[in-house]
Amino acid sequence: MNEPVKSNNIEEVTDLTTRRAFIAAAGAAGIVYTAAVGYPVYRYLASPAEMAASAAAVTEVSLKDAQKIPTGSALMFKFGPSPAMLIHHEDGTWVAFTAVCTHLGCTVQYEPAANRIHCACHGGVYDPNTGANVSGPPPKPLKRFTVLVNAADVKISRA
Amino acid sequence: MTQIAAASNSLYKWVDERLGLTEIIAFASHKTVPAHKHSFWYYWGGISLFLFLLQCFTGVLLLVYYRPGIDAYESVRQINFVMHFGWLIRSAHSWSANLFIFAIMVHMFSVFLMKAYRKPREFGWFSGLALLAIATVFGFSGYLLPMDELSYFATKVGLQIPTALPWIGTVIANMLRGGTEVTEFTVERFFALHVVVLPAIFLPLLSFHLWLVQRHGNALPPEEELKPAAERKSIPFFPNFFRKDLGMWLISLNVLALLASVFPWALGKPFDPLAPAPAGIHPEWYFMAPFEMLKVLGNWMPGAAGEIAGLLLFSTGIVLWVLIPFYDTTKENGRRARNAHYFGIAAITLLLITTILGYWTI
Repeated sequence: MNEPVKSNNIEEVTDLTTRRAFIAAAGAAGIVYTAAVGYPVYRYLASPAEMAASAAAVTEVSLKDAQKIPTGSALMFKFGPSPAMLIHHEDGTWVAFTAVCTHLGCTVQYEPAANRIHCACHGGVYDPNTGANVSGPPPKPLKRFTVLVNAADVKISRA
Repeated sequence: MTQIAAASNSLYKWVDERLGLTEIIAFASHKTVPAHKHSFWYYWGGISLFLFLLQCFTGVLLLVYYRPGIDAYESVRQINFVMHFGWLIRSAHSWSANLFIFAIMVHMFSVFLMKAYRKPREFGWFSGLALLAIATVFGFSGYLLPMDELSYFATKVGLQIPTALPWIGTVIANMLRGGTEVTEFTVERFFALHVVVLPAIFLPLLSFHLWLVQRHGNALPPEEELKPAAERKSIPFFPNFFRKDLGMWLISLNVLALLASVFPWALGKPFDPLAPAPAGIHPEWYFMAPFEMLKVLGNWMPGAAGEIAGLLLFSTGIVLWVLIPFYDTTKENGRRARNAHYFGIAAITLLLITTILGYWTI
């Protein structure tokens, strides 16, 4: 064995630097691998959320034959991914809102007899003409859409 | 710095008092693994374990969008073509399933040839074989789940084989199939089997297998055992062997990533019960040997006789394979040890030849 004679001190130092270099390299490799596995997995799991986001980008919905709904009734429809309601009032006016309660996201209901939009989850109440939050926990009004009634359909678009 | 050190010290002490970390570390640092020229084969159990973990991981991801039953094909189509990287995850699941069975087979044959089934490791041998058997059922049931043309016919043929058995054959086949034809009922019960029943059996058995490995340590091949104890070499399990194990896992992961992304797993046409079987249809490679043997025997002995002969030949071979620890028992490498060795070589040769022949004559 022709090992060069080294002092203990130098051996310790090289040992320490190689160990540090090894830990740094292993850590970097670990981060690269985690990212290489994590990114596809994240995108895979996020796919439905991305689809909903692109569905939410719609600006207009056409409801065929919706002009036929009687006064004093509402039609539920989907605007993008979320529920919405088209109301035909007794006085013949039309109005459309998102049907998602601004409190905790339950779907709200039009109650013509009580002349209100009601959320059964926590008792939120909205004005059926303006969508304004009238009583209960909702912090904000329901978002209102623009309604265009045609001969064959009703077009709903972002206000 | 000293404060951090003190804090981590006291945290370690807190956990140690409750979980006995020091005992575990002391135990792990005393554990050794034999080092010799056949040490390479020791890694294949660990590789199998790693691939099983990958199966669980990718399987759970597929479970997120998969829908069994009438909608099965459509949901796999969505996974493959609509969800981001769905093709990669499905491809990784299929590829690692194949690599998993391959790794178990390498592990099994190396255990056989190194005679690691001898006393006191008989239960390791039995549980390992049971794990391989369950792995092939995992493979068979998983193959149907996409409900494309190939999986439909593979399942149809596979479930036809037990009908050759007198009296009970048809009952068994109908029970597995959920009727007399492969339909959405078959997918639903195969799905339950694949994601609930099989894992529920596999996991405890795997724990038992690993506990036995821990209890008895790695077996020495006969030529090492002949050496005096002072001449045998070994390395510490932690960190030396563990580090190499991790290296093997990393290599497996890289091989899988390459295969899964360069050769993405295909999805065929949706199954059609009225369409004829596609030309060149054949089973997965790990079923190719029995498939080819049935085919060859069927040519010699027409009708059910060929299938019954094939089933008999195969079950006899498997029974002998399972019982080998009771035949080849002693450390003295006498006649029985040689016979067992020849039996192993013969089995490997037969499997290889019939598999090659099977692919040759597709």
